[in-house]
Amino acid sequence: MQVENKEFKPKIVAFCCNWCSYAGADLAGSSRLSYPAEVKIIRIPCSCRLNPMFILKAFQRGADGVILCGCHPGDCHYTTGNYFARRRMTTLFSMLNYLGIEKERTRVEWVSAAEGAKFSVVMNDFVKTITELGENKRLEDLRCKR
Amino acid sequence: MMKISVKNLPELYAKIAEENSLYIPINNKGNVNFKKWEQGALVDLDRLKTVKSAKDVFFPQSQDLVNFEVNGKEIKVGEQVLPTDKQVIFGVRGCDAKSFEILDMAFLEDFGDKFYEARRENTTIITLACGRPDEACFCKVYGIDAADPKGDITTWIVDGYLYWMPNNDKGYDLTAKVKDLFALGNDDDKVEAYKTEIRSIIDKLPYSHLNLKGFDAEHLMEKFDSKKWNELSEACLGCGTCTFVCPTCQCYDIKDFKTNKGVERFRCWDSCMFSDFTKCAHGNPRTTQLQRFRQRFMHKLVYFHSNHGVYSCVGCGRCVQKCPSMLNIVKVIKALGEDNKDE
Amino acid sequence: MQKISAEMKKRASELLASGEVSRVIGWAEGDFCYDCSPATFTAENIDKLVYTDFCGANLSKYLIKESKKEGKILVFLKPCDTYSFNQLIQEHRIVRENIYVIGIPCDGKLDYDKFKFFDIEGVLGAESNGNELTVDTIYGKKTVNKEEVMLEKCLCCKGKKHMVYDELIGEEGELKESSRFSMVEKLEAMTEDERYAFWQGELSKCIRCNACRNVCPACSCENCVFDNPESNIASKANANEFEEKLFHIIRAWHVAGRCTDCGECSRVCPQNIPLHLLNRKFIKDMNTFYGEYQAGEDTETRAPLNSYKLNDREAYEFDKEGK
Repeated sequence: MQVENKEFKPKIVAFCCNWCSYAGADLAGSSRLSYPAEVKIIRIPCSCRLNPMFILKAFQRGADGVILCGCHPGDCHYTTGNYFARRRMTTLFSMLNYLGIEKERTRVEWVSAAEGAKFSVVMNDFVKTITELGENKRLEDLRCKR
Repeated sequence: MMKISVKNLPELYAKIAEENSLYIPINNKGNVNFKKWEQGALVDLDRLKTVKSAKDVFFPQSQDLVNFEVNGKEIKVGEQVLPTDKQVIFGVRGCDAKSFEILDMAFLEDFGDKFYEARRENTTIITLACGRPDEACFCKVYGIDAADPKGDITTWIVDGYLYWMPNNDKGYDLTAKVKDLFALGNDDDKVEAYKTEIRSIIDKLPYSHLNLKGFDAEHLMEKFDSKKWNELSEACLGCGTCTFVCPTCQCYDIKDFKTNKGVERFRCWDSCMFSDFTKCAHGNPRTTQLQRFRQRFMHKLVYFHSNHGVYSCVGCGRCVQKCPSMLNIVKVIKALGEDNKDE
Repeated sequence: MQKISAEMKKRASELLASGEVSRVIGWAEGDFCYDCSPATFTAENIDKLVYTDFCGANLSKYLIKESKKEGKILVFLKPCDTYSFNQLIQEHRIVRENIYVIGIPCDGKLDYDKFKFFDIEGVLGAESNGNELTVDTIYGKKTVNKEEVMLEKCLCCKGKKHMVYDELIGEEGELKESSRFSMVEKLEAMTEDERYAFWQGELSKCIRCNACRNVCPACSCENCVFDNPESNIASKANANEFEEKLFHIIRAWHVAGRCTDCGECSRVCPQNIPLHLLNRKFIKDMNTFYGEYQAGEDTETRAPLNSYKLNDREAYEFDKEGK
C-alpha cells in the first residue's frame, strides 16, 4: 500500500450498532479477516442512539475520522431506528461539510451481522481514505493535544 | 503636547508594536473590538464604542490557570505561567479607562490577583477623547470627563491630527520611544476648544443628568424590596450579553477541562444572569430570573458602592444598545431612583 | 404605524375591561425610538404599550412562561411570530386555551445595529416615510433607505400572512416568495477551504453570551445540554475554536426541523454573527432531501427529523446532484 505520509496513523472511531455491525465485527474477527488496529469500536444499542455530540466529541478528543455502522435499512432490531439515524446523519454531515469540514471524515455504512467481510473491507477503505486525507485539523481541540 | 498626522498613524502602530503587543480597536466586518494589532489590520478609531469593552486586555474572557498531569494515581501539578508580555492598549475611551480603576478594586485590593496584576503592570494605557458621544452615553453621571480621559497617555484627534499627552512615568517612557514620529504641536487652543465642544455635547445628552441619589448602603433594603423589580426584569432572557459587553463586570468561574492527559484548570467570565451562577452543592440560592437580575443591578449600584465608595458602572451605554430585550441599567436607575418615588 | 399602535391599545383596553383577558403581552415604550422592550401590561399600565418600527422581538417565547400563569393573556403576534407560536403549540410548550392572539401587520422591522454602517450616531428618533427613513440624531438629521437598515429576518420575509390568530388588526396578508437561501447557496458553491475560512472568521467572533440560545423560541428546554456541568463543555468561555463550532453546530442541530426561521438568533447576536445561515442550511437540506417543510405552518405535520421514508437518500449521498 502506498501511503505518502508513513508516520501518520489515523485514529478512527467506529460507532457500531449492537445487533448487526458489532456482531459483524465479531464475525470479521472469528473469520480471521483483518481490519486496521487504528479503528476503535464503540458499541451503541442502535445506530439512532448516536448523538451528534458523540461525533463532535470524538473529533475533539483526537479522532481523525468517525464512522457509524448500523443494521441495513429495514433490518433494525428496533424496527425503525436506523431510518431516523439515516436522516440525522445525512443532515448533520451535510452541515459539517457546509462548515468546511472534509466530507470524507465522516461516513455511514450498513453492515449486517453476517457481513464480516464487508466490515473488514469498509474499515480498510475508510482508514485508507483518512490516511490520505491526513490529520483532523478543522475540528481539533488543541487542549487535548498538549 | 505633541502631534502626528492621522495619515501617519500606521507608522506609530508599527513602532509601538516593535516592543509591545498593541491592542487597538480593529474593524472586523463592521464590528469593532480591541484586538492585537498586526500589519495591515483595519484600525477604527472613529467608532465610539467597541462591542466588548477593553477589560479583555487585563482580564481575558478565558484564561488558563494551571494544568495537572494525571498518570494513574500520580498527579503532577504544572507550573503556573504568569503573563510577561509588554502590552499597550490604544484608543481607550474615558469610560473604559475609568473601569480599570473599578476592576483594580476588585482584583487588587486585599488579595492581589496575580494574572491581573501582571498584565496591569505590563500595560500602558493610551486613552482617546470621545469626539462624538452618542445618545446612550452617561459617563458624566459618574464624574468621568470623556473630553479629557485619564490614562498613561491621553490623545485627541482634531482636524486630521492626533495630539498626544503623556501623564505619568509609564507614559513618558513610551513617548520617549516613539517621539521621532511626532512633531511639536503648539495647538493647545485647538485641543482646548475641542474639549469644550465635547463637554457641551455631553451636557445635553439625554442621560447625562440621571439622578443617583438614594443608591447607597442606607437605602439598601428599600431598593432590594422594591416591587418594581418584577416589572423591570420580566423580559430578561437570562443571556450574558450585558455582562460580557460591560467594562466593569468582574465575576468569573473556575472550571476544569479534562484533556487527554490530565486536567486543565481555567477561568472564564461568568454572568450573574446565567442560571448556573451561584450554583453550589446544596442548589442555587437564586432560583428566579428576577433574583438574578436584581443581583446584577444591586451589585453595581448599591453593594459595590457601599463597599468601595464608587458605583460599578461607568455609563458607557453598551448594555443600553446591546440587550436583546432592551433592558438596562438606566431603566433601573430611573425606576428606582428618587425622581420616581411613588411607593 | 401609529394608527395600528392606537388600535392595539384600544383593543387591549377593551379586552381587559371586559375581563376576556387579564394581562397583555406587547412592547413597552423606552427612552429612545429603538429601545422598546417586551413587557406584560394590565389595565393600569396599558398606556405604555407601543408598536413601532423597532418592535422586532418575537413575543412567542415569553408565552412559555406567561401562558402557564393564571388567567388568559392577550398576545400581539407579527406574521413571522405566528410560526413560532404554532411550533410551540405542537410541542406542548404553551397552553393555547390561556392565550388570545391578535395578529398585527408588519412591514419590516429596523435593526439599530445597522445604523453604524451609515455613520448614524446618537440616535434620538426615527421616522419612516415610505421607503425612506429619517433618523434624528444629536448630530443632525440623516436619511437612509429603509431596506438598508432592516433586520436580516425582514429582508427575507416569509410573507404577511398570519398562520394563527383569534383576531386580526388590519388586512389578511399574503405569503411571499423569499430569496432566503441565496447566501446559503453562495456558501455551498464555495470550496471547502473557503467555507472553512468563512465560518472560522464568523464563529471566532462568538463571545458565548448565549443570547442566541436564550432568545430562540425553539430552545425551550428547561435545562440546556450546555448548562450541564457533567458535559465537559465550556458553556460560557470562548475557550477555543472547537468549542465555538461545537456550540453553534449543536445549537442549530437541536432546533433543526423545529426552527421556523424567525431570525431572532441573528437579531440579538451582539457580534452580528450570521447565525441564520446555519439554521437555513438545515432547512434547505431538509427541503431538498425530504420535501418542502415549513415548521410552524400548522400544528400537525411531523417534522422531517421525526419521520422517515423507506427510500431516503443515504448519508454519503448528501452532496449528490439531482436532489
